[in-house]
Amino acid sequence: MKSALPRWVDFALIPLLNLALAFFVAGLVVLVIGENPIEAMRLLLVGSLGSSYGIGYTLYYATTFVFTGLSVAIAYHAGLFNIGAEGQAQLGGLGVALVCLALPWPAWWLALPVAILGAGLFGAAWAAIPAYLQAKRGSHVVITTIMFNFIASALIVYLLVNVLKVPGSMAPETAGFPPGTFLPTMQEMLGRVGVSVSKTPLNLSGILALVAAFLTWVLIWRTRLGYEIRAFGHSEPAAVYAGISPVKITMVAMLLSGAMAGMMGLNVVMGFQHRLVLDYVAGAGFVGIAVSLMGRSHPVGVVLAAILFGMLYQGGAELAFDMPSISRDMIVVIQALVILFTGALENLVRLPVQRLFLRRRAA
Amino acid sequence: MGSGAGDLAIELVGISKSFGPVQANRDIDLAVHRGTIHGIVGENGAGKSTLMSILYGFYQADSGEIRVNGKPTRIPDSLAAIRAGIGMVHQHFMLVEPFTVLENVVLGAEDGALLRPSLAKARAELKRLEREYELDVSPDAVVGELSVGLQQRVEILKALYRECDILILDEPTGVLTPAEADHLFRILEHLKSEGKTIILITHKLREIMAVTDAVSVMRRGEMVKTLTTSETSPAEIAELMVGRRVLLRVEKAPAVPGPAMLDVEGLRLVDEQGVERLRGIGLTLRAGEILGVAGVAGNGQSELLEVLAGVRPATSGSVRLKGAPLDLSRSTNAGDRREAGIAHIPEDRHRRGLVMAFDEWENSCLGYQGEARFRGPALTLDRTAIRDHAREAIERFDIRPASCDLKTANFSGGNQQKIVIAREMERDPDVLLVGQPTRGVDIGAIEFIHRQIVALRDRGKAILLVSVELDEIRALADRIIVMFDGRISGERLAAETDERELGLLMAGIDLVEHAQTASN
Repeated sequence: MKSALPRWVDFALIPLLNLALAFFVAGLVVLVIGENPIEAMRLLLVGSLGSSYGIGYTLYYATTFVFTGLSVAIAYHAGLFNIGAEGQAQLGGLGVALVCLALPWPAWWLALPVAILGAGLFGAAWAAIPAYLQAKRGSHVVITTIMFNFIASALIVYLLVNVLKVPGSMAPETAGFPPGTFLPTMQEMLGRVGVSVSKTPLNLSGILALVAAFLTWVLIWRTRLGYEIRAFGHSEPAAVYAGISPVKITMVAMLLSGAMAGMMGLNVVMGFQHRLVLDYVAGAGFVGIAVSLMGRSHPVGVVLAAILFGMLYQGGAELAFDMPSISRDMIVVIQALVILFTGALENLVRLPVQRLFLRRRAA
Repeated sequence: MGSGAGDLAIELVGISKSFGPVQANRDIDLAVHRGTIHGIVGENGAGKSTLMSILYGFYQADSGEIRVNGKPTRIPDSLAAIRAGIGMVHQHFMLVEPFTVLENVVLGAEDGALLRPSLAKARAELKRLEREYELDVSPDAVVGELSVGLQQRVEILKALYRECDILILDEPTGVLTPAEADHLFRILEHLKSEGKTIILITHKLREIMAVTDAVSVMRRGEMVKTLTTSETSPAEIAELMVGRRVLLRVEKAPAVPGPAMLDVEGLRLVDEQGVERLRGIGLTLRAGEILGVAGVAGNGQSELLEVLAGVRPATSGSVRLKGAPLDLSRSTNAGDRREAGIAHIPEDRHRRGLVMAFDEWENSCLGYQGEARFRGPALTLDRTAIRDHAREAIERFDIRPASCDLKTANFSGGNQQKIVIAREMERDPDVLLVGQPTRGVDIGAIEFIHRQIVALRDRGKAILLVSVELDEIRALADRIIVMFDGRISGERLAAETDERELGLLMAGIDLVEHAQTASN
């Protein structure tokens, strides 16, 4: 039987308990390899949040994860498991690069709207074929999007090696973008209002990510389309009964999802690297799945989970630097534990907490 | 009753169970004598299923004691229940469809890692059970290919194979044809004569009267009374269930049929498996009448309803609404049908009629989400308007609990159905398609729903009522058509027919032809 837990328990207490559990087990692992877990935890926190430099990097990573997390979340509301954010983000980056290289843009604010369009269109286009195959042929979107991730990376390799590479260069990457396309960094923006922070890759895209999260919330919970997406996601027969076309919703949700994944290109390609390099996505599409799961596919949850994963990325890098016996791989283990406890083992904590609350209420 | 405590199969003492603020069972006492059929009746949400789930180990009681065969027994899970000799046949069968009967019976009761010895043993045991209880099912038949009645027999066999002496059946006839139901009751009688104890949960008073020895009535989580069946009447039980007198008949004036609203001609449907579900259906539905579609489940009524409602394409044929042809080519015409004035109360409210995970107010506009009055600025929905509208419906249709912010899954079956009916009737549609309006709905709500349908008719609307409950068809419909094997096997005026005649038509026996062949 379903029981209504208070919202704060559902959305705050249980995730925090899961997180605590994840860190506890991670601490045991750290203990086993002979390091002090409390010191490791301190380094991780200080590395990610202890300075404007750390915070900048944390939020830069978080921005990326917000985009890919929202991408997975949108499809999830339509009952579709989009594993293809990785490939869609690759293509989104290509879209951004083509826009930025097309013209000698005089100012970023002229280039940005077109770059958003490019990122969205390319990301959506990469989701379109799996979406169509799902909608019309019933080919499972999980399978097709995974396959499209491989096709995307092969395509990008081909383009960067054979087509977009700067002649004479050895690096498989595009030419650098004209400076007129560089998105303002957070350092520049805050400097203008008199706040001085360290130079980090964090850029305007961070704000765009929050806007995207807000728009996703409006879409899913406030618009008619979002209503139809959720109805379809919960029950296809009910959606058909309500006059909703499954083909249309499958296509629209996957296209929006792909476009959202493509937006990642704004943060990394246009905001920081200023060129398209090989595999710029680097697994962020897959992290998006964990972010969406942990954030329960709600935009607020996605933003919070993205910040957590940003902390793990940045703090983890610092930790690996300061504690040489903790390698990069150890950081991956800690991240995996967080995913395991917050995603897969969620009921481990949920059931006891539920029981506790029901008993207390009964008393 | 009055015999010693020694012959009690089940004794529940002071069982209480609450889910959050909802007290599902309050201080329940129940004594079931060995070798009897004991009925448990009550409205939806009266707590019958919760009580049986406690007995079968799905839930733990907050307080109280369970005694099996006189011994206090703790039942933390269904394995413990089976060990205590309690078996359950669920309303929705727990069978693996691609497995054979034998495999299903053995599943979960295998003796070792190797399957072959268990299967051989089960085969011998099944033979014995079949002989003993007349439960003939071929052990090698694939369960998914069996009829519902036979699948239910497999469920019973599963319980018997696990040596259960006490059998709980939850709404066992809900999915059966009348003949299958009769057969089931014969099986139950037989089991009883072999000393088994049977607990029968049902809504249907006729079944209670026909097969049980004793009946316990529950109301709002409490045990109202346990009666000896031979000393009571359906009226008394119904009164105890709802706490007031109920009309078992619908009071209505004679119909005044107006012009034809819906004209169906030569409607054919061949499904994905190549089975012809509709073989040339023709009918006319007039304004101001209720046309009942009777028939044993699975003879094309559901398909007819779905084609008319625009959620399933037809293979050929035509349907005209007030003379204008309807598009039958797509499965996504439901929106157009609504706009044209055809509302649809679907047969399966859980799957089709409602999104269970939605709040009540979100379901109150399902299918009408595109209407101008629910539209907010830009592409948004006007949540205030939808909620106001939902609250109004809750009040008008007495939907309980009266909260539009509650998740739909947390309403009882009868109230879920009221949500659907409120939504579909409120727009005063010209044509209302109704499928199984009172399936799994308690008596109080049935009466209410029936009155609403009749009131709509009296406002001059056309109603097509599909129901497998013959009582319901006979009580509501002005004109009755009977479907058999995708065809209309007969049409009768409700006032001029009887159960026997309809029963023959449902069995596919054409009376005229029957008479002719007899006279030849």
